[in-house]
Amino acid sequence: MKFPVPHDVKAATIPGTEGWERMYPYQYQFVTDDPVRNQYERETFWFYDGLHYPEPLYPFDTIWDEAWFLALSQFNNRIFQVPPVRGVDHRMINGYVYISPVPVKDGAEIGSRVPNFMERAGYYYKNWDALEAKWKVKMEATIKELENLQISPLPDLEDISVVNDALGESKGYHLIKNYDDLINLGIKCWQYHFEFLNLGYAAYVFFMDFAQKLFPSIPLQRITQMISGIDVIMYKPDDELKELAKKAVALGVDSAVAGNRDWVAVKAAVEKLPKGGEWLAAFEKARYPWFNISTGTGWFHTDRSWNDTLDIPLSGIQTYIGKIKAGVSIDRPIEQVRAERDRITAEYRALITNEADLKQFDELLGCAKTVFPYVENHLFYVEHWFHSVFWNKMREVAAILKDHGMIKDIEDVWYLRRDEIKQALWDVVTAWATGVKPRGTYTWPPEIEWRKGVMEKFRQWSAPPAIGVAPEVIQEPFTIVLWGVTNKSLADWASVQEAGNPDTITELKGFAGSPGIVEGKARVCRSAQDIRDLQEGEILVAPTTSPSWAPAFAKIKACVTDVGGVMSHAAIVCREYGMPAVVGTGHSTKVIKTGMLLRVDGSSGAITITR
Amino acid sequence: MGSVSAVEEARAGAGMSGTTPLVCWFEEVNKDSVALVGGKCSSLGELINAGVRVPPGFALTTHGYAQFMRDAGIQSEVNGLLEGLDHQDMDKLEEASRVIREMIESRPISIELEDLIAESYRKLSVRSCIPAVPVAVRSSATAEDLPGASFAGQQDTYLWIRGVDSVMHHVRRCISSLYTGRAIAYRMKMGFPHEQVAISVGIQKMANSLTAGVMFTIHPTNGDRSVIVIDSNFGFGESVVSGEVTPDHFVVNKVALDIMERTISTKTVCYTVDQREQKSVAMEVPFERQNVQSIIDDEITELAWMGKKIEQHYGRPMDIEWAIDKDLPAAANIFILQARPETYWSEKPKPPASAGAASAMEYIVSSLIAGKRLS
Repeated sequence: MKFPVPHDVKAATIPGTEGWERMYPYQYQFVTDDPVRNQYERETFWFYDGLHYPEPLYPFDTIWDEAWFLALSQFNNRIFQVPPVRGVDHRMINGYVYISPVPVKDGAEIGSRVPNFMERAGYYYKNWDALEAKWKVKMEATIKELENLQISPLPDLEDISVVNDALGESKGYHLIKNYDDLINLGIKCWQYHFEFLNLGYAAYVFFMDFAQKLFPSIPLQRITQMISGIDVIMYKPDDELKELAKKAVALGVDSAVAGNRDWVAVKAAVEKLPKGGEWLAAFEKARYPWFNISTGTGWFHTDRSWNDTLDIPLSGIQTYIGKIKAGVSIDRPIEQVRAERDRITAEYRALITNEADLKQFDELLGCAKTVFPYVENHLFYVEHWFHSVFWNKMREVAAILKDHGMIKDIEDVWYLRRDEIKQALWDVVTAWATGVKPRGTYTWPPEIEWRKGVMEKFRQWSAPPAIGVAPEVIQEPFTIVLWGVTNKSLADWASVQEAGNPDTITELKGFAGSPGIVEGKARVCRSAQDIRDLQEGEILVAPTTSPSWAPAFAKIKACVTDVGGVMSHAAIVCREYGMPAVVGTGHSTKVIKTGMLLRVDGSSGAITITR
Repeated sequence: MGSVSAVEEARAGAGMSGTTPLVCWFEEVNKDSVALVGGKCSSLGELINAGVRVPPGFALTTHGYAQFMRDAGIQSEVNGLLEGLDHQDMDKLEEASRVIREMIESRPISIELEDLIAESYRKLSVRSCIPAVPVAVRSSATAEDLPGASFAGQQDTYLWIRGVDSVMHHVRRCISSLYTGRAIAYRMKMGFPHEQVAISVGIQKMANSLTAGVMFTIHPTNGDRSVIVIDSNFGFGESVVSGEVTPDHFVVNKVALDIMERTISTKTVCYTVDQREQKSVAMEVPFERQNVQSIIDDEITELAWMGKKIEQHYGRPMDIEWAIDKDLPAAANIFILQARPETYWSEKPKPPASAGAASAMEYIVSSLIAGKRLS
């Protein structure tokens, strides 16, 4: 397969964006001035990380890319020493991230890494549960630290306590320091994010691999079904909504709760009811930490949390109240899911004839079940809880920049790199201390206006799925399981590039995420806000889904997503609810329009559009 | 359609009288009945008792055969005709075969035996909801259809036989098929005495197939035991078995019974019965039906379910012929015609997928090093 040369792609600069490189870290650039680096970049295979970045990155949001660039690579290469692969390298073109696993090419070196990996990874696998318990303590302490972090405005005159307590420090210094702390906590949180994840995915992917060796035609969804029915906290926020719905009915406040789409109005109405106070107290209790859940993936500042937009959890509660009133059970059929899991596992096991294979199957399945809760739960701690709090702390920093005339609007802060913000804060505190006007008040606003224009142009650009030279073998477990880089996906990527007029497409292919066939009307929801428009029995078509979309699944009869594999949120939830899902279709939200008639075959991964 | 009680009455008392029945229903035998009713009939009985639907029928047992031969009194004459022949001299063997078969086919069946067969045939017609039901009359050899010792095709099968007289005639022809030139030669070569071999004859309702085909409970191209593969076409299964058409092709997950792959082919030819000629004839599939799926999804699921049960019963992957009968109502019309052990993959030695890795950790490391090969 032939892919474009990265430097040629980059050289075709979009008119009006010249100089865009300064919006991102310099090491992310494909270069032409350094012949050694240039040669390496040309001979390497880079694929667009559309899984995480469906849109070009805002300069500030690049923080998480840098964080996992470091964390994934260090655990692979410097901590566990995965034998055949070092880290994953990163580049950017027009705000889109390209990544590439770096192989260990020398066979002898691979061999010398094996004992280290056996010892180190072996230690984690053997002591998984105990180490995971430690992880939870570390993670919760980190989040607590974040929540307690003070971002205080700069006073005209410091409080008298600074003098009386002989503090010896100013709010200016605190601002600089606490901004650093905020960033460092974020980076630390991502260190923990990857502590278990590589190993977790490896256990997972090689159980899948083994099952496919035994049964070449086994659908991935059947393999994942063998690991279903394990309690994970990913379901907790949705469970809280169900509890609040039940409580609303029990306390007789359900009509008031269901009476308006707007939380402020609902709150006012419920407060007037005799038992309204009790319900509102329960609602407030559920919010911390469970409403710290992002309405997107949590990777971007644009993904607001339930706590930021209470209308969204409210809409979920209203859906469940409707179900309860209609006499429909809202509990997840967990016992059924477990019974089906055990039946499927037993039947596949019974088809294994070789003793050694049976033993290996049991070991690998056990291993996959051990790692599964972490693989799911880390998302709540990092991407949802930590990030939701983090973005809002950053907004507090932005408010100070705005107060001092550095930016025009709080949401402008995302157009600055995190090190530029640090510089700007220095500009602000020195000017504040001195009693003069910061230099940045003149330079930043026009730069931000220009960057807004650049970002807009980036959004119109379509990033090639792969560039550079495809390798013969891919060994990095993430590349395989998470991004699903295979011959087939490469070919699909090439064909998406060539896809013609989206208005004439009648067939879409994706991964078979959850079995079954249904027909119905499409509802395209681009964000969690849109799920309020869902009607009973529609087919949800979304870029991707996340735990905060959970209430949507109580209404729909099938789900289709652009991005994700059989382990994605949509696939997992649909399997739990027993409804079909086709995931990772690439561009269904572009092709399908609300109201179109679809046939979704979750067993084969095919979607048929009736035009 | 007959009532349930009529069917029950018809089934009752077919002839398991005493310890040496001359005639018996398929459901009265099982896999241990090879000596009594031969391999083919015993496997049909086994299937019925495993809960699998097969077209109903009965067998003239090996005792019935022995009774016939005794009544006819020809065994010593037969032995005399074969004495001193060379098993490689096919011309002489064929000549002896012709004489012996004529002899057998011209002898009358005793009144006792004829009454038993005729009564069973009448009851079968009642059960099938068709007067003088068309049947398949086929020999069921005591050494046929055994795993690893298959010499199928050596005995005769007669299809679309109707009426008592015709049934009697074809029962005798099946008996005489024990003395085809090839069968004689085989016994001589293997040193089996002719008077010790025995044959049974099965009389079974013809499946009047709307759709038919084959089913493997293992993937024929990669040996995957977790799938069931079904090939189907309109009409009788012979168009599928012979490879005369590209059939519709379905891959079903054996565990979940959902259809994973479906390929609808252009099916130009199918087989149907010519009742007058008592044989199946090829006909062109009407143009508008050529690209229509020849079996509905619910039937695929039920068939796969049956395939799974058959495999569980025999404890090994199976090769199955099936049909959907147009004489019978939906939900009672899917029949298994034949089930034999799959031989290719079952006998192929398979290296363990664990490839020597003793622990999960070793497997993960060796798999990491092997990586995923692109292109």
